[in-house]
Amino acid sequence: MSDSHANPTGWRRWVLSTNHKDIGTMYLIFAIFAGIVGGAFSGLMRGELMEPGIAYLTMFTSGDVDAAKHLFNVLTTGHGLIMVFFMVMPALIGGFGNWFVPIMIGAPDMAFPRMNNISFWLLPAAILLLIISTMVEGSTYPGVGTGWTAYAPLSTSGHTGPAMDLAIFSLHLAGASSIMGAINFICTIFNMRAPGMTLHKMPLFVWSILVTVFLLLLSLPVFAGAITMLLTDRNFGTSFFDASGGGDPLLYQHLFWFFGHPEVYVLILPGFGLVSHIISTFSGKPIFGYLGMAYAMVAIGVVGFVVWAHHMYTVGMDVDTKAYFTAATMVIAVPTGIKIFSWLATMWGGSIRFETPMLFALGMIFLFTMGGVTGVVLANGSVDVAMHDTYYVVSHFHYTMSMGALFSIFAGWYYWIGKMSGKPYRQFISKLHFWLTFIGVNVIFFPQHFLGLAGMPRRIPDYPDAYHLWNYVSTVGYMITGVGTLVFILGVFLTLRSKERVGDNQWGDSATTLEWTLSSPPPFHQFNELPRIK
Amino acid sequence: MSLNKIFSVVTAFLVTFLVNGATAFADGIYKAKPDQLGFMEPATQVMRDIVSFHDGLLIMCFAVSLFVMGLMLYIFIKFNAKANPTPSKTTHHTGLEIAWTTVPIIILLVIAIPSFKLLYLEDVIPEADLTVKAIGNQWYWTYEYPDHDDFSFDATMLTDDEAKAAGHPRLLGTDTYVVVPVNKTVRLIVTASDVIHAWTIPAFGVKIDAVPGKLNETWFNVEREGMYYGQCSELCGKDHGFMPIMVKVVSQEEYDAWIEMAREEYATIEKDNLVRVANLLPAQK
Repeated sequence: MSDSHANPTGWRRWVLSTNHKDIGTMYLIFAIFAGIVGGAFSGLMRGELMEPGIAYLTMFTSGDVDAAKHLFNVLTTGHGLIMVFFMVMPALIGGFGNWFVPIMIGAPDMAFPRMNNISFWLLPAAILLLIISTMVEGSTYPGVGTGWTAYAPLSTSGHTGPAMDLAIFSLHLAGASSIMGAINFICTIFNMRAPGMTLHKMPLFVWSILVTVFLLLLSLPVFAGAITMLLTDRNFGTSFFDASGGGDPLLYQHLFWFFGHPEVYVLILPGFGLVSHIISTFSGKPIFGYLGMAYAMVAIGVVGFVVWAHHMYTVGMDVDTKAYFTAATMVIAVPTGIKIFSWLATMWGGSIRFETPMLFALGMIFLFTMGGVTGVVLANGSVDVAMHDTYYVVSHFHYTMSMGALFSIFAGWYYWIGKMSGKPYRQFISKLHFWLTFIGVNVIFFPQHFLGLAGMPRRIPDYPDAYHLWNYVSTVGYMITGVGTLVFILGVFLTLRSKERVGDNQWGDSATTLEWTLSSPPPFHQFNELPRIK
Repeated sequence: MSLNKIFSVVTAFLVTFLVNGATAFADGIYKAKPDQLGFMEPATQVMRDIVSFHDGLLIMCFAVSLFVMGLMLYIFIKFNAKANPTPSKTTHHTGLEIAWTTVPIIILLVIAIPSFKLLYLEDVIPEADLTVKAIGNQWYWTYEYPDHDDFSFDATMLTDDEAKAAGHPRLLGTDTYVVVPVNKTVRLIVTASDVIHAWTIPAFGVKIDAVPGKLNETWFNVEREGMYYGQCSELCGKDHGFMPIMVKVVSQEEYDAWIEMAREEYATIEKDNLVRVANLLPAQK
């Protein structure tokens, strides 16, 4: 079969790609693009929230205040969906997962290269549907303003226009893409490990992707079912979520969060795996407590499936149910604590080099810890009544997502850009990017704890004047982060234009996984002869 | 200073700085203050319990964050490449691993006990002195007083100018509002007519979703007279941020007088039960 080793060129190389590294690259480019769009959405929201009153978004609605209010909700929805489905997941799973899972287990490619191609190419179609949805009627005004959760009946009788249907189709496509990706990773990891690469010798990043894709495989079909029911409620006269037809709006929330909670671990687990490698590499030590680390991720994945209703403490659940979900949710803190302390123990006694990937990984550990402790607070159904649907929650999940997941993405980017492109990142620019982002995100999100405790609800375009100060500070933080993002993009261009080259193993002996045995960038097809793992 | 003393000073600082950051409310108007860092001043026993439980949680938050930060700083100083050029090869320490699994479990158990106590206090509704029903609509609240001939009225947000004229904070004032007597247990029944809304008054420690087709129930017993504000807390469409909740807590005499007035003023509701049930269902297109 000579054609299986063909090197297609031009557009065929990308559009018809069956190469895991090329597909990984496309995922990363897609994630950067989507991240810029999603980040711009949040910039518009923070712009509106900088001062009390509605005066900023009206610039985009020719002065129509009502349209501006709806636009704010559309931005909230778009920001959430884009960041979850089109930025973090494509970057961590599609991008880094595709690039490095096959290499790390010593496999020539993914198990189903053609399915890998369609997994990727469904995503541009999905985001296109989402973008079109912002231009057609939602409820009176264009776009979907339900939040990423799309709770019925706001997403059924509350949004009668076609925008909601388009958004649902967008999620169907993104979901199908992820399910196929998940199947591909599971088959690859279970069947294509090099001789000697037992599960317990597998790098932690591969473990993290394995747990992640199992979460996706088990939760996404539930989500697809839920949004299909939305679709039939909207268009075919069913009433799954309509009380007047015998349905229950809360059923949607249960189905959604049965998916939604594992989904947030989907966003952070690959980051956990990645950070483990980076901490180990730059401490000059093997990872501390490897098995504990691997099974802590498995535990987080398993427990993550039985805590969903902690998103629903105020819907009027039975008190015993709330007590159960409080207890189950707090259990998550234990394996998460194991991970944090094992990272610290990996560094203990190490010889730490503060390269940029390490800075982002350290930032991730500390900020994730802060998001974690507020998570323990929110886990308590008893105090959650005071915080539910306030900015405290916004702050909590951005500390875990916007800092946990995003920082690990940046850490992975700087860790592997030399390997992926063969070109080194810029030292000064990358460190400037780190510090601007680190300071910026803290200035955005730390004051939001205060707003939340003081009672400011989420998803409102205007607020009582008492909340002005911290909203103002938060928007200033956004500007700092925005400058950081521009520095990042500048860094990407400078790196890709660089004439310098990096060697096979940029980080020295402590970088032990298989990608460092290959050239930088790796050959189009690697491991024509399978490596043997001792 | 002993370690204990330092700890108690730090705790006192944190508690005053973050928890009781809300200033005193001399004017009887209970809303967030511009310099506020923590919760609003509690007006019910439940909220007081939430605040004191949260005080404890906050100390846990600071302790854990500072512990991790301290360890990281120590590691950076002690184990950077300059200070420690040859890394150790330790990858296991069973005792340590058991410790960092069990200590968090103990901390969580310590949290769980007061947490469950509080949860059941919030949820088990005591014998109520009166019942108020709140119905969420896009985008205003309808209130009914089933104890008093079911009179009912709508509470819509005041415009900025109206709020200013009426002396209410912007975006928080409504044209009519709930009136309840002080020191009486109020049972609140909540539902919605179109999409999901959520009724909350932060100072009461009450937040409950208004779900179409479902009746939710909660309670509060306010200890001080005054004007209390809250905002819809579930995204419900375009004007989600503009359907505030206002509760005036008055003495029993004032309440009785208000009821007499309200009966006259708002006595327009349909007596036909079927019509009222139909009102609860989502509007047909």
